[in-house]
Amino acid sequence: MTLDHALPRTKDNLLLARAGEGTRVELQGIVKSYAGNRVLHGVDLDIAPGEFVSLLGPSGCGKTTLLRVLAGLEGADEGAVLLGGGDVSRVPTNKRDIGMVFQSYSLFPHLRVAENTAFGLRRRGIGKADAARRAVDALALVGLADFADRFPHQLSGGQQQRVALARALVTEPKVLLLDEPLSALDAKVRVQLRDEIRRIQLRLGITTVFVTHDQEEALAVSDRIAVMSAGRIEQIGSPEQLYTTPSTAGVAAFVGLSSVVSGVAEGDHVMVWGQRLPLQSPADGPVDVFVRPENVYFASEADAATDALVEESTFLGSMRRTLVRTESGELVRVQHAPGIHPSFGDRVRIAVAPEPVAVHPRG
Amino acid sequence: MNRLGPSLATRWVIGILVGAFFAVPLVSTFLFTLRDPEGGLSFARWTALFDPAAAATLKPIWTGLGNSLILAVVTVAIVLLLLAPTMILVNLRFPKLKPAFEFAVLLPISIPAIVLVVGLAPIYLQIGRAFGTGTWTLAFAYGITVLPFAFRSIQASIDAADLRTLSEAARSLGASWPTVVLKVLAPNLRQGLLAASLISIAVVLGEFTIASLLNRQVFQTAMVVVNKQDPYAPAIFTLLALVFVFLLLLVIGRVARGTGKARS
Repeated sequence: MTLDHALPRTKDNLLLARAGEGTRVELQGIVKSYAGNRVLHGVDLDIAPGEFVSLLGPSGCGKTTLLRVLAGLEGADEGAVLLGGGDVSRVPTNKRDIGMVFQSYSLFPHLRVAENTAFGLRRRGIGKADAARRAVDALALVGLADFADRFPHQLSGGQQQRVALARALVTEPKVLLLDEPLSALDAKVRVQLRDEIRRIQLRLGITTVFVTHDQEEALAVSDRIAVMSAGRIEQIGSPEQLYTTPSTAGVAAFVGLSSVVSGVAEGDHVMVWGQRLPLQSPADGPVDVFVRPENVYFASEADAATDALVEESTFLGSMRRTLVRTESGELVRVQHAPGIHPSFGDRVRIAVAPEPVAVHPRG
Repeated sequence: MNRLGPSLATRWVIGILVGAFFAVPLVSTFLFTLRDPEGGLSFARWTALFDPAAAATLKPIWTGLGNSLILAVVTVAIVLLLLAPTMILVNLRFPKLKPAFEFAVLLPISIPAIVLVVGLAPIYLQIGRAFGTGTWTLAFAYGITVLPFAFRSIQASIDAADLRTLSEAARSLGASWPTVVLKVLAPNLRQGLLAASLISIAVVLGEFTIASLLNRQVFQTAMVVVNKQDPYAPAIFTLLALVFVFLLLLVIGRVARGTGKARS
């Protein structure tokens, strides 16, 4: 299904006609512990109205807990949650005016799709007929207006999450919270729905917080990404900023694919395999250098480069990624055209493009 | 076919023996009720139940049956309004209490009714002062005796449904806690709640010891009373009660199968 079919014309659709500017979301010094184990260490996050922010990080980094604190499903030990400038820290979930889509399928099994979608409207005292009409509008937004009479078990996983999205949006909440809504779906549906969420979010102008552990997902849809680790935000910035200028080794390792090689930093540059590479931020002494696969290439004998042996090579459709082991034993990924077919044991020469690199002092 | 299982002949023999074990007393009772006062077999004892002349003799049974039905209603209310919400609360908010809670609710199954009464007797003195000595007050005791059975049925439904996600989704959509329980959780626990209610009715209709020792007239105690004057009527009522409970168990079985299907 393409979005051109899914998205109805604005003037016919109440939800689209009312698309607004979004609400500012602020998290101030959020601290949360479970049984003495601190999972959030004073997290600050300021989200502009209408912005799409992803919380990205590995399992257990605190991203879902932060989202649940924002939703009011967990209370923070310290700190404040502000929606549109108003402190909602002590406001229960059902009065926060949020929309949320969960990781597991959360449609009410005993209600039809239309009743599920109208549930939030009915709770707000909206009449049955009006709620039903607005529910159909919301379902049209996700391309499922024809499925209104079905029960959730008659829908695929992707369709269920679409209905959950319509149900979350139909009440025109201040903020849309997405808790890994795509992780239970297969790869193709995941990409399709991911793009659809982003397009709908842009059309409605709703402030959105998206929790994911999938960096590709976060890079594809976000205005900004907050990379979290061990209960803290390590770096927050646009996808491009995070990818090209990671501020810590953790961010460099987590966002995008990096190979770690040793080098010696000298102020504004670092020496790697006899090559001089510019540094993103000044450093001195022995460092770990984070090298992106797309910046490594097979070099000729004449280039400043290093010799390596091919370990494995993977075909990825439009490109091929080859893992090589350098003479000093470092494993490096090289991204190259699919027409080149390195085999296990082949001797190759590799070099790095002179792009600014991130480094971390070798400890 | 499972080669480790018994052969077809062995299974038939076991089936016939077990069937006979249950059928012989039932058929004997049925034949007993067919014994005509003037010799031979007839339905005279059955039609006599509706004879105005026998009304006085049978009155305790009708009273006891009425009391038992009231008790069944109150006991089911205790299960639905007290046990079920408590189980939802424990599962959602206090999951750490689950083992202790399960131990407490399963305990009555291991305590003989007569021991239970020893503990209940002084409590019923207080209940008598607070609520009077109406037979319906027995429902407090029955609420305890049905706990293990009702708990198991409801817990099976709770395990099959993702209560946490359902309730959090409903909360995020603006539902208050009473709405969450009534409009979202209860419909999804319907089969468990229905099975728990039916099994509670079966337990209440079959209970004798507690009612007898606490001097309350229910269906079972009335049968003993009437049996002293007319042994045929209690035999007929016993058969009817067995048929009723059998039908009830069939319904529970169907409901339980429904739960299994929903889970798969």
